[in-house]
Amino acid sequence: MIRFSKLARVTAALTTPLTAEDFMALFNPVYSSRQLRGVVTRVVHETEDSATIYFRPGNGWHAHQAGQWARIGVELDGVRQWRSYSLSNAAGHDPAITVKDAGAVSHVLVRDTKPGDVLFLAPPQGDFVLPEHPRSLLMLTAGSGITPVMSMIRTLIPRRPDADVVLINSNSTPEKSVFREELDELADQFPNLTVRHWFTSTRGRLEFKAKAIAELCPDWRSRAAYACGPEGFLNDAEDLWEREAALERSRTVPDVTAGAGAEASRTGTLTIERFSTDLTAGAGHDGGLVTFEQSDREVQADGDTPLLDIGEDAGVLMPSGCRMGICHSCLVPLRAGQVRDLRSGELHNTPGQLIQTCVSAAAGPVNLDL
Amino acid sequence: MTTTLTRPGALAASGHPLVRPDAAKHLTDEQVEELGRELDAVRDEILAKRGATDAAYIRRVIKLQRSLEFAGRGTLLFSKYKPAWFAGTAMLSVAKILENMEIGHNVLHGQWDWMRDPDIHSTTWEWDFVTPARSWQHTHNDLHHRWTNVIGKDRDIGYNLLRMDPDQPWKPFNLGNPLYNAILAPVFEWGIALYDLEIPEFKEGLKSKADMSRDLKAVGVKVVKQFSKDYAATPAVAMLTGSGKQALYGTLAANAIRNFWAHAVIFCGHFPDGTDTFTEEEVDGETRGDWYVRQMIGSANISGSKLMHFMTGNLSHQIEHHCFPDLPSNRYAEVAVKVREICTRYGLPYTTGPLPKQVGSTWAKIFKLALPNRKPKAATA
Repeated sequence: MIRFSKLARVTAALTTPLTAEDFMALFNPVYSSRQLRGVVTRVVHETEDSATIYFRPGNGWHAHQAGQWARIGVELDGVRQWRSYSLSNAAGHDPAITVKDAGAVSHVLVRDTKPGDVLFLAPPQGDFVLPEHPRSLLMLTAGSGITPVMSMIRTLIPRRPDADVVLINSNSTPEKSVFREELDELADQFPNLTVRHWFTSTRGRLEFKAKAIAELCPDWRSRAAYACGPEGFLNDAEDLWEREAALERSRTVPDVTAGAGAEASRTGTLTIERFSTDLTAGAGHDGGLVTFEQSDREVQADGDTPLLDIGEDAGVLMPSGCRMGICHSCLVPLRAGQVRDLRSGELHNTPGQLIQTCVSAAAGPVNLDL
Repeated sequence: MTTTLTRPGALAASGHPLVRPDAAKHLTDEQVEELGRELDAVRDEILAKRGATDAAYIRRVIKLQRSLEFAGRGTLLFSKYKPAWFAGTAMLSVAKILENMEIGHNVLHGQWDWMRDPDIHSTTWEWDFVTPARSWQHTHNDLHHRWTNVIGKDRDIGYNLLRMDPDQPWKPFNLGNPLYNAILAPVFEWGIALYDLEIPEFKEGLKSKADMSRDLKAVGVKVVKQFSKDYAATPAVAMLTGSGKQALYGTLAANAIRNFWAHAVIFCGHFPDGTDTFTEEEVDGETRGDWYVRQMIGSANISGSKLMHFMTGNLSHQIEHHCFPDLPSNRYAEVAVKVREICTRYGLPYTTGPLPKQVGSTWAKIFKLALPNRKPKAATA
């Protein structure tokens, strides 16, 4: 690649103001001087409303760790739209995302994507990844929450005989359960994986009570737990782990000599991966005039719409990431005015402060340095 | 939920300017207001339709332009063979014209920003033209489109070089009007680069030293890159086939052809007979409707085939472009039908004509205004 970039610098004398990549894109669409792209190589329909899309990324992509996600850009009616999707295949393999048809962008990805299509990409990120040292694991997933966990299972199970993974996978029906057959096959083939399917159509909602979880996984307290699924599912899981931790604290007499033995008997950690954020806490207020100073655009914004959406609708090139306030890819300096954090209702008005545009709305006039 | 406007566009919906231009004197405030609403509706209709086909259009044009540029420059490397020289020069000329007009000019207006594609965006685009994109956006988008044809505000009326309106005071320097224009045409891109430096504004103290040195630096870098691409790097590579000199003539010719063409088309935008200029009183208190009126009666179209519109970057639809500078250029043809109908209905002039007629009319004006006005205007009303 270094040799290529030197060559590119020489050829730039002939291509300015364009770059050699701009011309190479005539022959291969993954080339771009400005944006990472990938070409779809294969589309596999998993269930009636989900598909796995394999792609070959261009320069600038880096290999993903099991459990990470990537931002994927597609065009809807000619307009670039970005969403984040978990990478579902094993670390070390070509990247693939598994998408459930649940919104405008995922609909296009599931229904209309075909090999040869170009996807816009941002490199993988996220810290919902496997622990550094071997531990026994409990995976709790619901619906499309299986995708990052599938990558972990595919990475770990065939290669690590010492792994010990229990998966509790909740879905409405067997037909809607993505990767069900592959999971069953892996569980048959490898003794280090136990799969517990939970179908809500026959058994009702999975209850996050110590007894119910223990029935599915008796030693759940000693395992490092990972949960991924809808908001309610994750909140329930969090509540259970918090209750258990509180119970233990009340039982444990502080004892400086307790040492490592006591550590092991405590409830393990719970790591969660959210797909959305509740933005209602700061909603219901007045907005204001938003000025994108460098782009020379002014937009009248309401108090409930994130500044990221306001800017994108006005044609401003907004940096963006997870769109739920966790990755900080969307930070823009505030020049003047006031914004409200839609998650908490908190106001920010210090000039120079970096604003998370995906979860902040105008609270009066706002000037952004963009 | 939200409304977008490009600054500074916040004009009153109702009211009237201090003086309404002669061509629109017969209209009442209410009629001008209604005209504004009708044109807003034309714009909204296109915004609602704008989508995947438009995006595919601009990508197709960019692909065509890059293919022509690649093939043209490649062919010039063998230009010691006469057919290769003609083919290479022709392809490169067309590539440069498309790059500057249908792509560059329009992308830099933000016509394609709605796609949110960082590769085709007004804030990231740089063009194959000596003047840096950002400098041009300032004098063109901010000043010319805001103050279209307002004497004393819009310096595009003659580009500080030519006397293009009888209301501009005559000086002996203006005797050279036709000569200056003839010299400007083949080196048009250098003229625009110089113009965008805003040297008169700097001399008048309206532009700061810091801004001036920033702009000089930017144009300096661009000049070196542009000059070395066409007049050093391309001939140098062509020397490998013994075509160095011919390749240099080829790039010189391609740039000159593009300059002649751009100069001709752009001068047809506001200078032919039938276009109006305005006083500052005529824009003081201007409403949204009056703004549209000024854009329409201050601009002129060029009639012709689809290919003709394409090669002018749809600047042949100058009237529509001035009403809606950020609508995608491929939509101007359908907008034109409606704008023309509105002009007819409101009794406003809609100036258009074939290219030779409009170019002739512009040159006639340049000759005429080389001399002082024959009938001086009455000193007082």
